[in-house]
Amino acid sequence: MATVEPGRVRSGRSSEIGLLVLALALGIGAYALVGLSMEGRLPGNFYVLSGGMIALGSGMHLIIRWRAPFADPVILPIAVGLNGLGLAMIYRLDLANHLKGGDSELATKQLGWTALGMVAAVVVVWFLRDHRTLRRYTYTAMVVGLVLVALPLVPGLGQEINGARIWVGLGPATLQPAEFAKLVFAVFFAGYLVTNRDTLTLAGRKLLGMQLPRLRDLGPIIIVWLASLAILVFERDLGTSLLFFGMFVAMLYVATERISWVVIGLTLFGGGAIAAASSLAHVQGRFNGWLHAMDDEVFNKAFGGSGQLVRGLYGLANGGLFGTGWGEGRPDLVPYASSDFIVTSLGEELGLTGLLAILAMYLLFVERGMRIAIGTRDGFGKLLAGGIAFVVAWQVFVVVGGVTRVIPLTGLTMPFLAYGGSSLLANWIIVALMLRISDNARRPTPLPLRGGAREPEHDDDDTDDAVPAVRGDSPSDDETQVVRSVDVHDAGNPGSARRNPGTGTTETEIIGTVDR
Amino acid sequence: MTLLRLGYLVLLWVFVFSIIRVLRRDLYGTRITSRKGAPREDLVTQTGMPTPQRQQAAQVRNRPTRLVVTEGPLRGTTLPLSSSAILIGRAPSCTLVLDDDYSSSRHARIFPSGDQWVLEDLGSTNGTFIGSDRVTSPVPLTPGVQVRVGQSVVELQR
Repeated sequence: MATVEPGRVRSGRSSEIGLLVLALALGIGAYALVGLSMEGRLPGNFYVLSGGMIALGSGMHLIIRWRAPFADPVILPIAVGLNGLGLAMIYRLDLANHLKGGDSELATKQLGWTALGMVAAVVVVWFLRDHRTLRRYTYTAMVVGLVLVALPLVPGLGQEINGARIWVGLGPATLQPAEFAKLVFAVFFAGYLVTNRDTLTLAGRKLLGMQLPRLRDLGPIIIVWLASLAILVFERDLGTSLLFFGMFVAMLYVATERISWVVIGLTLFGGGAIAAASSLAHVQGRFNGWLHAMDDEVFNKAFGGSGQLVRGLYGLANGGLFGTGWGEGRPDLVPYASSDFIVTSLGEELGLTGLLAILAMYLLFVERGMRIAIGTRDGFGKLLAGGIAFVVAWQVFVVVGGVTRVIPLTGLTMPFLAYGGSSLLANWIIVALMLRISDNARRPTPLPLRGGAREPEHDDDDTDDAVPAVRGDSPSDDETQVVRSVDVHDAGNPGSARRNPGTGTTETEIIGTVDR
Repeated sequence: MTLLRLGYLVLLWVFVFSIIRVLRRDLYGTRITSRKGAPREDLVTQTGMPTPQRQQAAQVRNRPTRLVVTEGPLRGTTLPLSSSAILIGRAPSCTLVLDDDYSSSRHARIFPSGDQWVLEDLGSTNGTFIGSDRVTSPVPLTPGVQVRVGQSVVELQR
């Protein structure tokens, strides 16, 4: 039984700038190396582009310094580093395309999306002063999420690319609304579970040493399961379906601490996947390409074969331990090398050593998300931070597992690395949310808060409001809500394990005001 | 070129390890307070004649600054006292949210009144106790007095 709090809270802004320099060096260095190796000189727009990256990165750093001074120091550098690596690889594949007589300008577009994503992140950090505001929009988020998911099915608006109907055409650009839906759903799941987790924790019968929930509490998970199956059937996208269901099960587990929900979730998904694999042609193709990837017939199939997958694997093999070096491999032989298969492209040119470093960056990013979830004091923030961190981890697992033939290939994008505007935008908003929650979690509270003794307040709001009203003499913009409590780890206390529907840590809230 | 290639990989790992170096603070920079053997600051005795000034100072010093959970699942949790009331119960809207079958959703309230803090039971099912006495009407609460709410015991501390 112990209480964990940071001894002396450091804002971490100086660490952040140090790491940011390294992260920018990674991206810019990669860009320079690509130019040097493929054209024998620095890329033509080298100074403009690296200047742009530096400006964006340091601009964002300054905004964080100003608006979220206690935000976690490693989130931004990791995002910038991964984004830079992705940009360099996309540029490198553009050059390869030019050599073949093509004229793809994906890198320029991706840079535009990066800028847009970082601006979106700044806007979120700037205007969202307290993440608990989002809890007010729990059910709005549900409706918005459903609309976003259903959008590609609208005739005339939705577009079908390569068999999956997950795109929406907006003028010249195509967007994947599911990428934004995952954010919105994270808000909805967090808001929903924080209010309803007590019911979902109630134990029913015990089976195999596991507390099963009561049958009537299975409603929500069945609904989400059906929804994700509907995505699978109507939009024909295994990835999105997997993404939403996985996110819900993970957040359910975080909210209730019951391993039985994970088992139920996996069973449901397994059943759904087997049913889908035996009845839906496109899922069948994916399974076939996964299980019989090396068969001649499957490899040479014109559409839906394993050619892409196997070429990616050969790319990884070509890279070996230390890689071929930037611009020295042939990642362009793999179809969609800059989006779905950017992992194998990077694996070929950076080798296992580089790929593991990239995976370590994701690991650290996700770890920070989970740490923020532990550090933050309100249940909604815990679930939201845990949920969005899990989504990133889940996406990485599904993509890397797919291209390395651990699981069937799906159409998810690698966060920050892969080419794709919607994904990049959504992931930068995730960064912003994590920064905001971590700022609230790490900001030191003025302890003790000596308020003048006043008349008791009788207007304790009965509503289950996420953001209790600021109680102060002069609620003005300069006042900040302070939430204060301490996390308690229950692990050491067998007596308390009896019933603890919390998120592993218990939560308390107190609201005061301070002038900043 | 080989040098650049390997140098880049080194840079990648330098980045990863610098992040880990920053994160080491998570392991070593936290203060873990265990309830066992925690110093009792409130046992400091005052000597000398209480002059009015000193009395006032003593009063300020005697004013509780935090609410501490001393028993129950939340043991070790502290809440700083501000000028607003503290609501204890199971409802998520409470200031101190207890995960406890034996507490009501809005169980008890501790609020400032004049110079002191007052404990009030909000019609809870299982009652709020000071020692073995059930609290029926609002009672002033002094630091160090143990209040039982369900399975938890809370007290005000300076």
